Amino acid sequence: MSFQVPIATNRSSTGIPTSRLGVWWVLASEIVIFGGLIMCYLMFRLHHESWSFEAEHTNPWAGGFNTFVLLTSSLFVVLAHQAAEVKDTVKSVRYIWYTIFGGFVFMAVKAYEYTTEIMHGYTMFKSVFWSFYYTATGIHGFHVMAGMFIMWMISRDVKKGKNLHRVEVIGIYWHFVDVVWIFLFPLLYIAK
Amino acid sequence: MSDSEEHHDHSPGRYIKIWAILLVLLGVSILGPLIGIKWLTLITAFGIAIVKAGMVCAYFMHLNIEKKVAWYLLTATLLLLLVFFTGVAPDVMKPTGQNWRQLYHEPTREESAVHHDEDHGDDDAHEEEGHSEAAH
Repeated sequence: MSFQVPIATNRSSTGIPTSRLGVWWVLASEIVIFGGLIMCYLMFRLHHESWSFEAEHTNPWAGGFNTFVLLTSSLFVVLAHQAAEVKDTVKSVRYIWYTIFGGFVFMAVKAYEYTTEIMHGYTMFKSVFWSFYYTATGIHGFHVMAGMFIMWMISRDVKKGKNLHRVEVIGIYWHFVDVVWIFLFPLLYIAK
Repeated sequence: MSDSEEHHDHSPGRYIKIWAILLVLLGVSILGPLIGIKWLTLITAFGIAIVKAGMVCAYFMHLNIEKKVAWYLLTATLLLLLVFFTGVAPDVMKPTGQNWRQLYHEPTREESAVHHDEDHGDDDAHEEEGHSEAAH
């Protein structure tokens, strides 16, 4: 029995390809998740001065380096999309793997940070600030890992010259993960 | 994407240029707070974060040339967040009330820090216990 592409895959009433519209819907729900977290953080942060004392124990250099890593991986994924647009699959796969590597570096730095903080006694249960810190960065890290996994799956297709439009779709998702970090970075590492 | 996509520059050089601008902005957002002026920290950290996020959305996610439907979708969720904030903030951020008392004690800087001397002291005590048990 042969596989048939569902009608919805190729039909577009909005003028946006279905896969891309799908990822915009995903991001709309993600905005509520991360936005809700950030709004809660702002409410407590503005109200409780002690949160700034807690934030003094995060490592801004590690956070800054991770921002650099995510911005650079965003560049790689947009270059992968650009290569896919001109059907240069070799270059596209290469840039996708650079992006995945960026995700690995990000998670390695985060693991180093978590280890250092926990060893110094700043665990998830130390205070509400640290609960928020581990929740927000943990959910974000989960999104980074999910993005890396999906990119690996897409890279296998791209290598065969199939489903090149998916590079743009995962790129949009990855940029969103980057945007979330752009806001988490000043909230958790800079504002003290 | 919209008709203007055809006129949009997708060259790698343009993306690298945007990436370089983002890195410069990142540098400012890290160095700004080192000066130690609170309002400058707010501008350099959060103002630049908004600019950086805007640039990533516009040029990397191509929202500047995306159909309006995507904009409506994302703006609607941002408005929902605003409703959430304005609905909850007056309650969460109000320290006083008529029918309740705030029992929470705001920790000082000293109270917020983990005291390693005490922790080490405890560890040492446990180690000593272990040694004494081993000796027995």
